[in-house]
Amino acid sequence: MIELEGLTKRYGEKVAVNNLTFTVRRGIVTGFLGPNGAGKSTTMRMVLGLDRPTAGDVRIDGRHYDHLHDPLKYIGALLDAKAMHGGRSAFNHLLCLAQSNGIPKSRVHEVLDTVGLTAVAKKKAKGFSLGMGQRLGIAGALLGDPRILMFDEPVNGLDPEGIHWMRNLMKSLAAQGRTVFVSSHLMSEMALTADHLVVIGQGRLLADTSMADFIEQNSRSYVRIRTPQRERLLDVLHGAGTTVVERGNGTLEADGGKAELIGELAARHQIVLHELSPQQASLEEAFMRLTAESVEYHAHSETPPAGPWGAEWRRS
Amino acid sequence: MIEAVGLTKRYGDKTAVYNLSFQVRPGAVTGFLGPNGSGKSTTMRMILGLDNPTAGQVTIGGYPYRKLPNAPRQVGALLDAKAVHGGRHARNHLLSLAQLSGIPARRVDEVLGVVGLQDVAKKRSKGFSLGMGQRLGIAAALLGDPQVLLFDEPVNGLDPEGILWVRNLMKSLAAEGRTVFVSSHLMSEMALTADHLIVIGRGQLLSDMSVKDFISANSADFARVRTPDTEPQLREKLSSALTGAGGHVLPEQDGALRVTGLPLPRISDIAHDTDVRLWELSPHQASLEEAYMRMTQGAVDYRSTIDQKAGLMEPLPPGAQPPMPVPGQGQPGWYAPPPPQQGGQPFAMPQGQPGLPPAGPYGAPAGPGAAPAGQPNPYAQPAPQGAAPARPTAAPAQPSAPAAAPTKSEDAR
Amino acid sequence: MAAIQVVRSEWTKIRSVASTVWTLSIAVVVTLALGMLISALSKSEFDNLSRNERLSFDPTFISFAGMTLGQLAMIVFGVLVVSNEYSTGMIRTSLAAVPQRGTFLFSKIAVATGLALVVGMVTSFATFVLGQAMLGSHRASISDQGVLRAVIGGGLYMTLIAVFSMGVAAMLRSPMLSLGILMPFFFLISNILGNVPATRKVGRFLPDQAGSRIMQVVTPVDDDTPYGPWGGLGIMLLWVLAALVGGYAVLKRRDA
Repeated sequence: MIELEGLTKRYGEKVAVNNLTFTVRRGIVTGFLGPNGAGKSTTMRMVLGLDRPTAGDVRIDGRHYDHLHDPLKYIGALLDAKAMHGGRSAFNHLLCLAQSNGIPKSRVHEVLDTVGLTAVAKKKAKGFSLGMGQRLGIAGALLGDPRILMFDEPVNGLDPEGIHWMRNLMKSLAAQGRTVFVSSHLMSEMALTADHLVVIGQGRLLADTSMADFIEQNSRSYVRIRTPQRERLLDVLHGAGTTVVERGNGTLEADGGKAELIGELAARHQIVLHELSPQQASLEEAFMRLTAESVEYHAHSETPPAGPWGAEWRRS
Repeated sequence: MIEAVGLTKRYGDKTAVYNLSFQVRPGAVTGFLGPNGSGKSTTMRMILGLDNPTAGQVTIGGYPYRKLPNAPRQVGALLDAKAVHGGRHARNHLLSLAQLSGIPARRVDEVLGVVGLQDVAKKRSKGFSLGMGQRLGIAAALLGDPQVLLFDEPVNGLDPEGILWVRNLMKSLAAEGRTVFVSSHLMSEMALTADHLIVIGRGQLLSDMSVKDFISANSADFARVRTPDTEPQLREKLSSALTGAGGHVLPEQDGALRVTGLPLPRISDIAHDTDVRLWELSPHQASLEEAYMRMTQGAVDYRSTIDQKAGLMEPLPPGAQPPMPVPGQGQPGWYAPPPPQQGGQPFAMPQGQPGLPPAGPYGAPAGPGAAPAGQPNPYAQPAPQGAAPARPTAAPAQPSAPAAAPTKSEDAR
Repeated sequence: MAAIQVVRSEWTKIRSVASTVWTLSIAVVVTLALGMLISALSKSEFDNLSRNERLSFDPTFISFAGMTLGQLAMIVFGVLVVSNEYSTGMIRTSLAAVPQRGTFLFSKIAVATGLALVVGMVTSFATFVLGQAMLGSHRASISDQGVLRAVIGGGLYMTLIAVFSMGVAAMLRSPMLSLGILMPFFFLISNILGNVPATRKVGRFLPDQAGSRIMQVVTPVDDDTPYGPWGGLGIMLLWVLAALVGGYAVLKRRDA
């Protein structure tokens, strides 16, 4: 369990993290979302005692990070895949971490195997691709068999097979009752992995809610229906006070309706349904809606103009 | 238009790319997929004339890159976001590129605006985050207003807003009739962006078709069916009726059924006949990721997996059910494992082999470093007195873990 | 967190990077080679020396001449041991594993100091033996008065130069900045200050000039240095302690 209370970090005038209070619970994957510059990395660094909060408090299982005895056995973290000496071999990198926390050497071999780096264990980390560096970082997080895991952008640079593996790894760690706290910019990936979401923007807490609630609260949901008895169903739904929009090719969309209620209604009135699918906006849409005001670098929406300047120099 | 014919690249003994022939057409976003080490980057480098093919050739608009008249105005590429002199201002970096190919300075300010870096144009790029570096790389690719664009992992490091922006940018570039060739590991992103896919594995062409065809060819459509939660017996009833009618039924994690082999109206009729009310009946297509995984499963170079994690193996929290295997929801085992290969574990199965005792010293009986029975595990968390509230189940369970591990289906998830 | 664990970990770190081997080997080779060369030259020049110069002739000190260059490699060693953590980003991983920053820094410095001490002593004895061999009939013997002290002192001097660099690197963090300040300081500024009459009195309280006093066996005729060999080493030690305290204060206070 990670508890943050009134956590605040200022760099001079700029407030990077502003009075954050939330708890990351065990047994589930908690996603940590926010636009660039929202303060995610600063928050994670404060959890690990790397940065000192200006105000407030973070506790790991009730204790401050620097009061943990052999911290890697409590909390394993992947902050930055490049946070290692490139001249050191993968094995030695993990070995020095293991030794500092009294973890046996055999565990180093084990985690190397887990992340699939055994074959390159003796190679220097500077020759590693981003994905391999990421795997090494993940190995470091798993080293102490910790109850709490924290990953910052873990799938960065991984290939699809690696992404898939990482997703399963996080889910199974959570299913074992561990605390898994993961930040990512990949909404589609988060949607598949996380059970709970903590969203921040400009250092402030925007949401701390389950995935399902988050999407529901921040987007339009509707039920798509197809039926051979369109008129009858329309009557029934209108009678029940549900707003229905007709789309092309015989499809109906019931706004805000619950699929199970419509299913029950149809059954009661003996209406045949050929489709009854609850539609939800994607996590990405919901996220965009929530954080629209707190994005730092806005790209212009227009595309590069093949404008007059182009014609001018192309002729020459 | 990019055209590769019999493209081959060998480095000594290792063949990175073998006999690759494909066309990347204008007016569409073409995704370029393949596992790590499959030769994607080598191919991209050959397209840009950075590497010489051992055999075959690749042309852009009919010319090899090095013979293209005024190449920077015809082809723009983002290969490596960090290929920028870190001490230079973002604007000066672009300006030096522009001057090389006779592009007016005001175009530099234009592209800086397009990628949203106008406010940091005068900052040195070494202070840039990965995402900002990526935007600068995209600006450089757009600089010459080229007809052909290549992007290698363009959304790496971007935040959700940036990802959305890149997606729309690529689509609109294609809509303007340009050729857009983009590689990515993010299947969900590719599914939203690309119209056409070229997939390679071990340097050879695996597939060259539209996204839609690719998914249909490599996976099955299915229907998701949910019956009233309140009456579990209805689910059993429907399940057996559907199986009886020739459908294939698999349970999903949340209690719904995944039905293949029956059209939706037919399922509806069967439900009606068996007097089962439906709470959901929705058509689904497998994800691009699933389709991709099926196709490339023989061609993966670095294979992660098996968390043999004897040490990570602990009893389920009280009250938790061992979940049923649910296909297609990220659960391992959904993709048929490929034939075993040297050194590799079956694909995508991060679980122990059922029946085999897990290896490793962590509470496993057969591990190489395992402590003899009765001796405390040297690595076991020393459970400081009253200090580890998060390990209430772990500490007492430690001794019994070895016995429980092989049978507990912990590793089946 | 047992400090012994951290020491073991730091030993793994230091032995697993190539820069350790390179910098220490260069320190040894340069010190020995230059020491032998200058010893040989001094022998052939001896007959041309004035009477005063002959009285000040210090065969032991001459055989340590290579250290003026060899110490630069020790400085690089000391700087890299500490600042590599920052330049590679390893510091965040390291401090997450060992949040007690004092334990972390001083375990690292202890390990590196131990290694530097071994290398420094070996170099010092070797350069003495080889240098004396070059000096032929003008050589000193290890049993002469003050010679053993000078040879051991030479090893301590090299070690302390490395430790001083570690402290400075811990304060400055960046390897380029640390080397950019330390190298010219020891190679140029200290020499200039020591050779300009107006600043000589200040110059001899600098760490390298004070510390190198311990390697002198024969006191120059017109010497007016206000401290002896051990006094000089003590002054150097104060510099080292100041650098370490400064480095610790910076690490303790700042965000990683």
